[in-house]
Amino acid sequence: MMMAEFVLIGTILLKIIAMVIVLLLAVAYLTFMERKVIGYMQQRIGPNRIGPLGLLQPIADVVKLLNKEIIIPSASNRFLFMIAPMISIFTALAAWAAIPLDQAFVLANINAGVLYIFALSSLGVYGILIAGWASNSKYALFGAMRAAAQSISYEIAMGFAIVGVMMAAGSLNFQAIIHAQAGGIWHWYWLPLFPLWMVYWISGVAETNRAPFDVAEGESELVAGFHVEYSGSMFALFFLAEYINMILISTLAAILFFGGWLSPFEGIPGLETAFAWVPGVVWLLIKLAFFVFCYLWFRATFPRYRYDQIMRLGWKILIPVTLVWIVVIALAVQWQVGPWFTGV
Amino acid sequence: MMQRLIQFIKTFSLWELVSGLKLTGRYLFSRKITVQYPEEKTPTSPRFRGIHALRRYPNGEERCIACKLCEAVCPALAITIEAEPRFDGSRRTTLYEIDLFKCVYCGFCEESCPVDSIVLTRFHDYHMEHRGENILTKEKLLAIGDRYETEIAADRATDARYR
Repeated sequence: MMMAEFVLIGTILLKIIAMVIVLLLAVAYLTFMERKVIGYMQQRIGPNRIGPLGLLQPIADVVKLLNKEIIIPSASNRFLFMIAPMISIFTALAAWAAIPLDQAFVLANINAGVLYIFALSSLGVYGILIAGWASNSKYALFGAMRAAAQSISYEIAMGFAIVGVMMAAGSLNFQAIIHAQAGGIWHWYWLPLFPLWMVYWISGVAETNRAPFDVAEGESELVAGFHVEYSGSMFALFFLAEYINMILISTLAAILFFGGWLSPFEGIPGLETAFAWVPGVVWLLIKLAFFVFCYLWFRATFPRYRYDQIMRLGWKILIPVTLVWIVVIALAVQWQVGPWFTGV
Repeated sequence: MMQRLIQFIKTFSLWELVSGLKLTGRYLFSRKITVQYPEEKTPTSPRFRGIHALRRYPNGEERCIACKLCEAVCPALAITIEAEPRFDGSRRTTLYEIDLFKCVYCGFCEESCPVDSIVLTRFHDYHMEHRGENILTKEKLLAIGDRYETEIAADRATDARYR
């Protein structure tokens, strides 16, 4: 009896460790990809010196960051200063527990998965807020305040967008949401929920404080925002958290609106059987890679929003749009419209 | 009214943003213009004003006659010259120093030189590792001149028509 429990716990631990390692590697190469993609869009070639094609560049970056001295400002609140990056990385990593990677692979297939992830991504703001406050620095405080205000206002729009998905799928469970989208590319929720999808994606970019919504760390005004005072591995934690959140938002976009691990060729005669051997995780990876690429694409394209414009966009445009479309979805679900809402 | 409607549609279809994305998307696949510096270099003009050099005549005699015109014309006061008659009676410098920190690479010294002795070469990728190395002494300047004499002479010959 005891033995069986140990084995169970052991396998769960192994799964968690595998997930974390894969995530960290993904983040490392996401930074590399970011530099390459933005470089290419600016007619440069990006890092290409370390290793073949520069592929060892992220390794060199990690070694550099870990070797750097951790400087704790003497006027800072030491305990909070140390704990802030840990909160950030913890919430970023913990959210991945409920993400289904394939039909059978999910660490915790909980019924309120959407709610859980939403709660954790909101908790992540605490890391930023505490970091900014504990640093005892003007720039850090400004950055943290902006980040907090921005995250809170965009969370509402994002939450409403997800409410639309929940109404359409009739469930808070990710697997159930994915199964509700079965039936090919036209059955995925991006089509009936298109405005919500746009709102979700815009507020997702704002949630993660990425360009063009990166006023929280806006280099030209605030040096680096909430993490000015952080160095070495503590800065690395913030960095990791930001990029893991980027991947998380992209994965959520793929799951909620683009059918998660479902094959895009479902329902197309010929292609469906031809691609039946591809595991679902590959489809999910392709989808989320595209959204992550979009993040980089936006960063290379858009100038930073002004702070009041960000607030205006969030409160006066995105939230009304979601409210209207939630009513539309409600009516569509009530009258079982089209191919999408018949089974609910 | 019509204009406002068009504006409304444009705003909500993210028209401007999409056209911006299209532009960067196109540049993603365009030719890259990076020059891989130590291996590749951009072409320089024969008039390029890089590090200084003192030249010699083909028989090995140094050109500088210590007229001190360069010292006088130097707007940054980077040049220091001391002169004495040499054992054979000719007037030569005993001290010829250029402070690279003061120098603004204007090229006036080269223009003022009546014997084409002090020149600015096309070499710009030099560095210093120790304090005091910013002072180019006469020996160093002559060594630079000896090392790059062919390039220096070729550059002067190319540009001779315009001088």
